[in-house]
Order: sequence, then structure tokens, then C-alpha cells
Amino acid sequence: MSLIKYESFVREPLVDGEKTYNQVTEDIVYTIEAKPTRLWYIGFYISIALLLFGVYSLYRDVTYGIGQWNLGKTIGWGWDITNFVWWVGIGHAGTLISAILLLFRQGWRTGVNRAAEAMTIFAVICAGQFPIWHMGRVWMAFFVMPYPNTRGPLWPNFNSPLLWDVFAISTYFTVSLLFWYSGLLPDLATVRDRAKTKLRKLLYGIASFGWSGSTKHWQRHESLSLVLAGLSTPLVLSVHTIVSFDFATSVVPGWHTTIFPPYFVAGAVFSGFAMVQTLMLITRRVMNLQDYITLGHIEAMNKVIVLTGSIVGCAYLTELFIAWYGANPYEYDIFFKYRIAGAYGWSYWLMMTCNVISPQLFWFKKLRRNIGFTFFMSIVVNVGMWFERFVIIVSSLYRDYLPSSWSLYYRPTIFEIGFYLGTFGLFFTCYFLFSKYFPVIAIAEIKSILKTSGESYKEKMADLENLSVEEFYAKTHDHH
Amino acid sequence: MDIRKFVVGSFDDEAVLFPAVKKVRKAGYKIHDVYTPFPVHGLDGALGLRDTSLHTAGFVYGLTGLTTALSFISWILTRDWIQNYGGKPHFSLPAWIPIMFELTVLFSAVGMVLTFCYLCQLAPFVKKHVFHPRATDDLFVMVIECTSKTNVKETEDFLAAAGAKEVNVQIAEAGWWLGRYDQDRHLFDNKSETVTA
Repeated sequence: MSLIKYESFVREPLVDGEKTYNQVTEDIVYTIEAKPTRLWYIGFYISIALLLFGVYSLYRDVTYGIGQWNLGKTIGWGWDITNFVWWVGIGHAGTLISAILLLFRQGWRTGVNRAAEAMTIFAVICAGQFPIWHMGRVWMAFFVMPYPNTRGPLWPNFNSPLLWDVFAISTYFTVSLLFWYSGLLPDLATVRDRAKTKLRKLLYGIASFGWSGSTKHWQRHESLSLVLAGLSTPLVLSVHTIVSFDFATSVVPGWHTTIFPPYFVAGAVFSGFAMVQTLMLITRRVMNLQDYITLGHIEAMNKVIVLTGSIVGCAYLTELFIAWYGANPYEYDIFFKYRIAGAYGWSYWLMMTCNVISPQLFWFKKLRRNIGFTFFMSIVVNVGMWFERFVIIVSSLYRDYLPSSWSLYYRPTIFEIGFYLGTFGLFFTCYFLFSKYFPVIAIAEIKSILKTSGESYKEKMADLENLSVEEFYAKTHDHH
Repeated sequence: MDIRKFVVGSFDDEAVLFPAVKKVRKAGYKIHDVYTPFPVHGLDGALGLRDTSLHTAGFVYGLTGLTTALSFISWILTRDWIQNYGGKPHFSLPAWIPIMFELTVLFSAVGMVLTFCYLCQLAPFVKKHVFHPRATDDLFVMVIECTSKTNVKETEDFLAAAGAKEVNVQIAEAGWWLGRYDQDRHLFDNKSETVTA
């Protein structure tokens, strides 16, 4: 093989600055070995406080029942299922970055994949809470598991999308966790081998499973990552497809549409990338990782956001068109009387503005590379995507087939909101702990692209860049 | 226990490592392993390692998951506890596809990771000898096993000439044992003399 590692200058460097392999380790492991900053503590305690409020809200929910929430017989799914779909969607970006971009050999994923995968896992944990606690009698949640039982044995309904969801979400969580942790092993070994304190040696020694860096192990590790990526790719598409089946297989106008699977998946990736941006922009700043999560990374993610945002926009318009063209009066009424107008019209237009109109600004390169604007947009997109799910759920339910059960207005109780805030607490508590105790950037993966995509190494290839094709070929093939 | 004697050479550049691996193998030395901080592409080939068949195992696990899901669901819904869901056929394959797919992925992923951990002997509390603490940082550590015929001095010189920045001799356990990384348990304190060079 040729030992010249060449990458064209057309591609931006993925690692800025003058770096050696050792410097990469130092930069990334630094936050694990240093004491947390005051900012970290403040953030961590706020998250814990939110989490505790969530726990209290759930305590109320379990003790007094679902009546603690403002759900009724007409709007039976409100904030909780909205939050469920929103959190599952957030998770999708992590798998997209770690799996799909690995298959497409996108080098820039190495800077953000570790944190994005962690985000996926935490988001799925948060998502899972909502259907579980929404069951009301949560101590019977294990009834969804198919095991030989003394109730017949009575099995769950395998034809139900709600049970598909159980399988999809739990598989998604397990596979994401395995993928993430197997990728972490080498980096945990790096922390272990340079640890100065006994405790750190002990804990990272246990956590790294005795990883040694043997060539054979790396070969298997590469094969494992590639196959797990291959498995996760259809998996991530299936998860939000199945979530969309929860709606699409029903006979509720506005839900019963075949466009839902692709539309949900695109929306999930869209909101997930927005959340990755929110987290990455803070992480790179607080942890001083601007050399690894560069403006190029941020721009690449903004491109995904403008693409998926446009797909989502297309889906919204298609829905409206089909509601008219399909000539189903119920469908027509839901869209044209109760969604774009009516009591919840404001939420529809909020969704349209946040998801379809404002992301179009990312067609401008200047804005894609503007950190402040990107941060602002990442929040806007997530607000918009929350409202998308709210619009789908509530605006379809509040006008029933039966006018006598029409519900005029649904507003959440403080405990419904508290549960949602509690999952924010859970998510950020996990993320803060992760960013303190784990390498937030995949150290080994950065090292493997350093000599092709590192800024200082690319500069050394400048003379190759100016050669003609024939000269280039002759030169690079001398080095066999 | 499997205590052996090794000559350890540490390289700081993979571009130097590759020709060194070739030279060492050509000279007939037995390379125990090369420890690298990241996957160095082509190194497995240069060492003469065969391709892993882990992915085949993954395929078999996947098929197992698929078969499990299909047979389990069809047994439940057509034999064990038949129920009428909206007058639809009991054997309703399209509705089972999501779960069949999920179990395929689940079995394949879990099976592959467990197989990977088994093959590489990775588990909590498993400990292996660290030939160089910087092998997970920035050094590429080539470990040559000494047999009864090996001339240790010559091997050391050979590695240094091939470009190794650091060369030393270590007597160590070749496999794994249950241990903690914060404690150095010398498994072979009294045995170091018994090893012949």
C-alpha cells in the first residue's frame, strides 16, 4: 500500500492546529483529569433540580393517577406522547452520525459522533419514560413483555403498533448502547493507561474491559463497528417509522396517512441535528475543543438541517394537498378548519415558521458558519419540532367524529409540564456526567484521520497539490 | 499461566512501523503482537493475520433472531392463544414484519458484541500485561516473542535498526487474568529465573 496519505485541499481540515497523536490525547482527556469548572457545577445542579421536580411530578402521577394531567376522553394523548415522539426524534441524529455517515465514509463524523451517540442514548431513556408512565398503573408495565405468564398465558398483541414500539425502542436503545460502548473501550483504555490516581486506574481499568490495542482486536473492532453501523442504519429508519405507525395505522383524520414514515424520519433527523448543534456549540466552547469540532463540522450539520427541514416542509405541503385532493370531508376539515385555522391554528403556524421557513436561511454560507445564529436556530428548530408533534396529536384529537365529545381547549397541568422538565433534568444530568467522566470525542478515530485531515499535515501536502495528474501518480506510487 | 519473554520495540510513526514489520517478519522473528493507539489500516495484512469472520457470526445471529420472532409469534397467534383481531387472518405476516426486523437486529448486535468480547477476551476485571503505557496514546508497540533459539541482544539491535525509538526486554504473562489495573500483582515473581533466553 501507498503510505502517502493524501486528501485534497478542496476538503477543509477536520482537525485544526499543530497536533501530534499525544496532543490529541492531551486535549480530549484533559477535562476528565481536571476538576470540573464552576459552570459545570451550576449546570449539573440545575439539571438535578429539574430531575427532582420531574420525580415529584411522577410521584403525584402514580399516587393520584393520570387525572393529575389534563388529559380527557377526547384528548387522550397530549403533552406526554408529544414529548415521547420529540425525544425519540432527538435521538435519531446520533445514530445517523455514527452509523449512516460511517457507511458513507464521512470523515467529519469523527469529531461529533461520540457525543451524538451519548445524546441518542440519553434521549431514548427520556423518551421511554413517557409511554411507561402514561400507562397509569405503571406497576403493570411489564405486561408488555411476551413471557409465559399465569394470566392464561395471555400474550401481548403482536399486530399492534404500540407493541412494535416496545420492541423498536428497546432494540434501538440496546443497539445504540452497544455501539457506543464498544467504541468507547479503546478510549477508556487510553484514560486508564495515563491515569495518575489509583481510583482512576481502578475504575477505567474495569470500564475498559482490559483493552490492549492488539492489531487483531482492532481488526475485529473495525468489523464490529462496520456491521453495527450497517444494522443501525435500517434500525434508525425503522424506529421512527414504527413510531409514526402509532398514528398512521389508526383511523383518526390527520393521522391516517401513508406519508408518515418518511416524514417522521426526516423530522427526527432534523430535530436531532438541531439538538446536536445545541450541545456541541456549548461543549466545544466550555471544553475548549474548537480544534476538533470546527466551523466545518458545524456547517456540515447545518447542511443536513436545511436538507431535512426542506423534506419536512415538502411533507407538510403534500399533506395539505392530499387533504384537499383526497376529497375526504373529515380529512379536509381537520387540515383546513382545525389545523391551519381554529383554536390551535397558532401552533400550526409556529411549527411552519420554525421548521420550514426559518431553516431556509441556512442556504447562505455566511449564516451556516455563524455560531450565534446556528445556536439560535438550533433552539428554534427544536421548538418547532415539538410543536409539530403537538399539532399532529392535539389538533387531530380535539375535534372528534362525535361533536358531543369535542374538546374546546387542552392545557397541561403543572405536573404534566413538570414531567417534561424532569426529562430535561435527566437528559442533562446524564450529559454532564458523560462530559466529565468520558472522552467526549472519539480519540482513536481522530488519530486515525489526523494525518490525512489535520490542518498541519495538509499544509505539508501543498507541493503534491500543485502537481499534474501524471506527476502526482508517479510520485505517490513510488512509495510502495 | 503462560509466562514468556518478549523483546519490545516502540515506534512513534506508523510510516516507520510498516517497513519494520516487513523486515522483522522477513528475518524470521515471531511477532507476538503489535499494539497501536488506533486501527492502522493494512497492518493486519502486513502481519499476515487472516480476515476476521465476525460478520459471518453476525449474519447467523441475525437469522436466529428472525427465525425466533417468526416462529414465536406465529405459534402464539395461531396455536397457543388464538384471538380475533378485527376479523383479520390469524397468520398475518405483514403485521409481524416490524418485530421480526427488530429481533433480527437485536440478536445480531448483541450476539456480535458478545462474540467480539469473547474472542478478544474483553470483560470487566480482565487484565492484560501493558507492554507500554503509551501504546494507547501515541506509540506503536511491536512485541517479539523469544523462543529458545532467539538471541535477545541481536533482536534488540535489529528492532533499533528498524527504527524503534525504545527497545527493552520484558518477561510477562501472555494471556489475560482477573485483576485490577491499580494493583500490580506479580504473578510470576519467583519464576523469572526459570525462563531461558
